[in-house]
Amino acid sequence: MKTFDHRHATSVDDAIEAVSAPGAAFLAGGTNLLDLMKGGVAAPTALVDLRRLDRTSISVLPGGGVFVEAGATNSAMANHELIRTRYPLLSQAILSGATTQLRNMATAGGNLLQRTRCPYFMETSFAACNKRDPGSGCGALHGFNREHALFGVSDACVAVHPSDMAVALSALNTVVHVQGPNGQRVIPLDRFFALPGDTPSVDNTLAPAELILGIELPPSDFADHSWYLKVRDRHSYAFALVSVAVGLQLEGGIISSVALALGGVSAMPWRLAAAESALVGLPAVRRSFDIAARLATEGARPLSQNGYKVDLIRHSVVAALTSAAIDRSVEDTAPDDTATDDSGTKEKP
Amino acid sequence: MLTGTKKGCDHGLCGACTVSIDGERALSCLTLAASIDGSDVLTIEGIATGDELHPLQTAFVECDGFQCGFCTSGQISSAHAMLAEHARGDLSAATFDGSRDDVVHGCSRLTDPEIRERMAGNICRCGAYANIVDAIRSAAGEESA
Repeated sequence: MKTFDHRHATSVDDAIEAVSAPGAAFLAGGTNLLDLMKGGVAAPTALVDLRRLDRTSISVLPGGGVFVEAGATNSAMANHELIRTRYPLLSQAILSGATTQLRNMATAGGNLLQRTRCPYFMETSFAACNKRDPGSGCGALHGFNREHALFGVSDACVAVHPSDMAVALSALNTVVHVQGPNGQRVIPLDRFFALPGDTPSVDNTLAPAELILGIELPPSDFADHSWYLKVRDRHSYAFALVSVAVGLQLEGGIISSVALALGGVSAMPWRLAAAESALVGLPAVRRSFDIAARLATEGARPLSQNGYKVDLIRHSVVAALTSAAIDRSVEDTAPDDTATDDSGTKEKP
Repeated sequence: MLTGTKKGCDHGLCGACTVSIDGERALSCLTLAASIDGSDVLTIEGIATGDELHPLQTAFVECDGFQCGFCTSGQISSAHAMLAEHARGDLSAATFDGSRDDVVHGCSRLTDPEIRERMAGNICRCGAYANIVDAIRSAAGEESA
């Protein structure tokens, strides 16, 4: 048995100082780190427990945004009045991931820092994994890769980031607040994650000993029209093969603003800037969504077993946009037998 | 010695080890005791009142909500917390299939899709799911949805 030290941090400064020691790691919800320790993938010699910092508040910012402290649980975030009313996309994405037991433990900060679930990374009996053991090769590149990435990949690593929450956070243009030995700084979410390149062991742009303090959600225009579509091998409690986060702002049926991000296809949430630009000014109908779907897969680089994701992305983008366009302010939006039509306002995936 | 809580997968995948920590259901297999020192932990042993079974336990017996029984303490511990979550208006992914009002205020009706989604963290290898849903619906006092 491997032994390790455990102690509760007493302050943010104390936590940062303690984790600066060689072999030390932060412990928040533990749902990923303790599992990786059991499997021998992670082997910290000391855990700096953040639980008693009690950084769990969710509050309104001057200017109308919301700040989520990093220790807030996934459940607390998804169910908080400010999130479910102003950012239902974020609630839906969080609740699409894991299970209630896990969401009750997992924190906002930890969600961003979870490692890939690539089997070659998770299972140490596979010798080749550049993310776990730099220089050892990539078992997935020519191996079992039906769940793997299409965008931003390198020959060194084709793993995907597993978070649903992060995909919604990307679409909502959030900002991560961090503190390290040299003070505080902010990192826009789309610059928080690192593509694999030739250093796939690095998941993100955090500096050593930096601690996530919280996530800033700017004011959003998408509260009335958003959807998180998650496609997976079973109906619940599975990681995404493809997911789509959509926020729409509609004015008289015309798209005045839109955010689109994909999950399950890259080492980071994959924003669809070209599709977003094309949609602005178009009516929220199927033919517009088809344009976005075609643009969504530009630059995709399928592997031997994940080519199906190209079609899956196109269909999922259309389905998610269609669901986001529905007016859910009416009491009964339950699916009926309405066929797809050009109004784009009735269909459900 | 409390032997009711079961270690199943040991990786947070099966839910057999579900307990409540300070009132919220969690996976004991991924929780360090040192981390939660001082917290209240509710295991299956604390759900009955003496020899009097909790209505959920009675419902699992009456609806035959198990076969081998290994997952059952986790199922009941999880359902016990789930009913409290639903009563206070917590959401599930299934709630988003309804109206905006359901998302803002919570879905008052505990439909079968809601029960299934909210219990997704508890795996039953015997496949007693249909009867587990019956038991939970029965204990919640809801008609079949």
